[in-house]
Amino acid sequence: MTLLEMKEITKAFPGVKALDGVTFDLNQGEIHALVGENGAGKSTLIKILAGVYPHPEYGGEIVLDGTERRFANVRDSEQAGIAVIYQEMSLVKDLGVAENIFLGRAPRRLGVINWEELFSRAQKLLDDLHLQIDPRTPVRNLGIGQQQLVEIAKALSQNARILVLDEPTAALTDAEVETLFGILNGLRARGVAMIYISHKLDEVFHISDRITVLRDGKTIETNATSDINESRVIAQMVGREVDHIFPETKHVRGETIFEARNVTVEDPSVPGKLLVDDVGFAVSKGEVLGIAGLMGSGRTELLMAIFGAHAGRKSAEIRVEGKQVQIDSPADAIKRGVAFVTEDRKRYGLILDQTILRNMTLAGLRKLSGRFLTDENAEAAAGQRAANELRIKAPSVFTIAGTLSGGNQQKVVLAKWLLTNPRVLFLDEPTRGIDVGAKQEIYAQINRLAEDGLAIVLISSELPEVLGLSDRVIVLHEGRVTGEFTRSEATPEAVMSCATGHARRAA
Amino acid sequence: MSEATVPRIKLRTSALRAYTMLGALIVIWLFFQWATIDANHPYGLFLGATNFSKLLQQTAVTGVLAVGMLMVIVTGNIDLSVGAIVGLAGGIAAMTQNWGLAPCLASAILVGLAIGLTQGSLITSGSLGPVVGIAVAVIAGFNGYSLRYAIPAAILSALLAMRLQRRLGMYASIPSFIVTLGGLQAWRGFILRLTKGATIPVELPFFRSLGRDFIDPRIGFGMALIAIVLIILTNLRRSRARQRYGLQATSVASTVLRILVPSLAIVGFIFLMNKAGGIPIPVIVLLVVALGGAFLTTNTTFGRFLYAIGGNPDAARLSGINLQRYILLAFCLMGALAGVASILHTARVGSASPDAGTLMELDAIASCVIGGTSLMGGRGTVFGAVLGALILASLDNGMSLLNVENWAQYVVKGGVLVAAVGVDMFGRRKG
Repeated sequence: MTLLEMKEITKAFPGVKALDGVTFDLNQGEIHALVGENGAGKSTLIKILAGVYPHPEYGGEIVLDGTERRFANVRDSEQAGIAVIYQEMSLVKDLGVAENIFLGRAPRRLGVINWEELFSRAQKLLDDLHLQIDPRTPVRNLGIGQQQLVEIAKALSQNARILVLDEPTAALTDAEVETLFGILNGLRARGVAMIYISHKLDEVFHISDRITVLRDGKTIETNATSDINESRVIAQMVGREVDHIFPETKHVRGETIFEARNVTVEDPSVPGKLLVDDVGFAVSKGEVLGIAGLMGSGRTELLMAIFGAHAGRKSAEIRVEGKQVQIDSPADAIKRGVAFVTEDRKRYGLILDQTILRNMTLAGLRKLSGRFLTDENAEAAAGQRAANELRIKAPSVFTIAGTLSGGNQQKVVLAKWLLTNPRVLFLDEPTRGIDVGAKQEIYAQINRLAEDGLAIVLISSELPEVLGLSDRVIVLHEGRVTGEFTRSEATPEAVMSCATGHARRAA
Repeated sequence: MSEATVPRIKLRTSALRAYTMLGALIVIWLFFQWATIDANHPYGLFLGATNFSKLLQQTAVTGVLAVGMLMVIVTGNIDLSVGAIVGLAGGIAAMTQNWGLAPCLASAILVGLAIGLTQGSLITSGSLGPVVGIAVAVIAGFNGYSLRYAIPAAILSALLAMRLQRRLGMYASIPSFIVTLGGLQAWRGFILRLTKGATIPVELPFFRSLGRDFIDPRIGFGMALIAIVLIILTNLRRSRARQRYGLQATSVASTVLRILVPSLAIVGFIFLMNKAGGIPIPVIVLLVVALGGAFLTTNTTFGRFLYAIGGNPDAARLSGINLQRYILLAFCLMGALAGVASILHTARVGSASPDAGTLMELDAIASCVIGGTSLMGGRGTVFGAVLGALILASLDNGMSLLNVENWAQYVVKGGVLVAAVGVDMFGRRKG
């Protein structure tokens, strides 16, 4: 019996159409998987269902139990029985399990919390889920997997009928995944409907009843899991033509200039868990090396560790121009000619309330300006040159960085690193959240820099971007290299198969 | 078009904000001038040469502390211990005055520096070396060993402790609020032990004169002349350098203004000071510290890094900046400047009492905040911080002249602090 229908859902952000007529339905007692590349529109769809984007901000209809519902906020959606378990968990770490489950709704007598009832009700919920957790345990003391299960218990305590799980296994061990699946199966038998979002296709095929593929904000197809196979889903996920926005260029490869071997990176918050497990790559002058991989594959951690910026334990052998070097801090890396345009420019890249010029000269300040004394004129001249070269659109280099558009902010970060005069340039999601015109300009810059002899390592969630720019592609899945391709071999299907852990391929 | 003009307007409002407080200061001054008109002073007493000179002397101690505090706050940290450092360093200066002027002043500044280094180490790397060093020095000193043995022993044990800690790899950095809150109590405790609770008079004549004497009016004019020549030279160099780098040349009118306005201000200032006997020595010290601080924050890579660290620590770290090193340096500078302030304070009062400097940290923080410094870090100027100190001193001085009751003085000063931030927030919201 159909519980929920989402019809012709559209949602636009400034400059981007995130959802373009998505249709999705959910039956009682079913697990319906939602898959697609990063940016396909899964999160946006869920946020509309959860009331994060309230009614007039999206187009289309949400029909629950046969009547149209317009959620004004998250509370509305929760009261309608919809619960979302997000990737970043919403538990209060210092409170106990029971207090978290009944946060803000604790049973009270005369305004005072009735602890006996609180604990006994929590115990009953945990028992129903066959969870062996003491309701008095502080959440902080639980593993990530158990915390996730507590979240599910919390959702059920609010009489959730629809449970949305967003990448629930991203941080779980195999044993924890088994437990989770056991519980999900139990819930399904009780008639709870679930939307299951995951990049891991093997899990999707293991647990789901139906699969819907989203791509570029559109529903591609919905199929019963038994009627479809992994390679078909992959084809649907990537089935977009590589647009013509990638300038056709031939990079001339020079000698190998940068090499990283045996890179292993440990999760700083979960000792023993490896985010990157024995990965290596080499990149030559004038070459663009693409690193493909889905979120959580260890791409960013790999480059962060090489750059000397990883907080936890790591080991790596790094060679620059054939010479073995030790990189313990970003300062070391910069000294060796490594530059890193990090992801999330607002958080890691820019000082938003300083000027463009201050931001551009930060990493290379001592070279551009002076060792101890600054020379504003030398800085302004260098900054102005970089701004012209990258075509940064701003009234002047003294404009505050935070007032720029995303594309121009990204160019400022790129300028900052080019001003360090690097030999190797790492780019992590260089076009995230910027409009198509600015993307194209960034692509042109990447090609120009490669032609000038820079070695470039490019991470991107957008497969066409990696395939359109790279001379070679390596694919990561769960911290390991699962594939290596030359430009001509790298088809979207083949790369996606390796990225989802479906296939392996050596160069 | 509209897109291109918005940031420009924003820049102007932020520059305007700096002048808001200058306007507030002038309003405060004019008000007190008007309020102090009486039969003997038909034009008012407040801005007369004698009182103005006194006002600036009152600003000196807070002003010096505010310059150091600014550098700490810009990194996103805070130092609550400076009042206690002023007390301890002042006490030590008074106790060592029989060594002669230079050694006793140096010991005050070194004590401040050592405390800054200790607190800064705990805050940044969590290194325990300086703590161990201070503990050894204190234990040796209190047990009657000569400093000739105590100090080398302290340095040696500090180095040993650092080595051991590195071997063990056990580090835990502690937030600055906590470290300096602890320091505030501990350093005050040491003063009580050292002085046995007694007030030590300053008997060294040169020491006393530091807080009370004036420099010869002729030297004042000489300094003004040098300052004006420097202003002209830097402006000429600036416009020449702009030409060399092909940047837009500054207009003649603006260059003339840039030279004329500060020169006139300097000449007027010197005349006023000389009328009251010359520039007071504490005011000279404040000027040197303020100019040095302004230079450090605006013309050096160190200053640039301080603002970057406070503005976005993650971005600063990924840009290759060693956060620990520069925050540690800021705390060391703060400590040394607290030592300087302790000398001025002790000399002015004429004695070192165990409770000297109490609550001075709050005046220094308030000065920064009134001058537009953000406690979140990344924002603030030395000029603003000194201006803030001047506003606080003006309120103190003016209200005393008007015989405002003590309790009301506190209320007014508290109100001004909150109102200054309120005005700033309002401007920021609109900007």
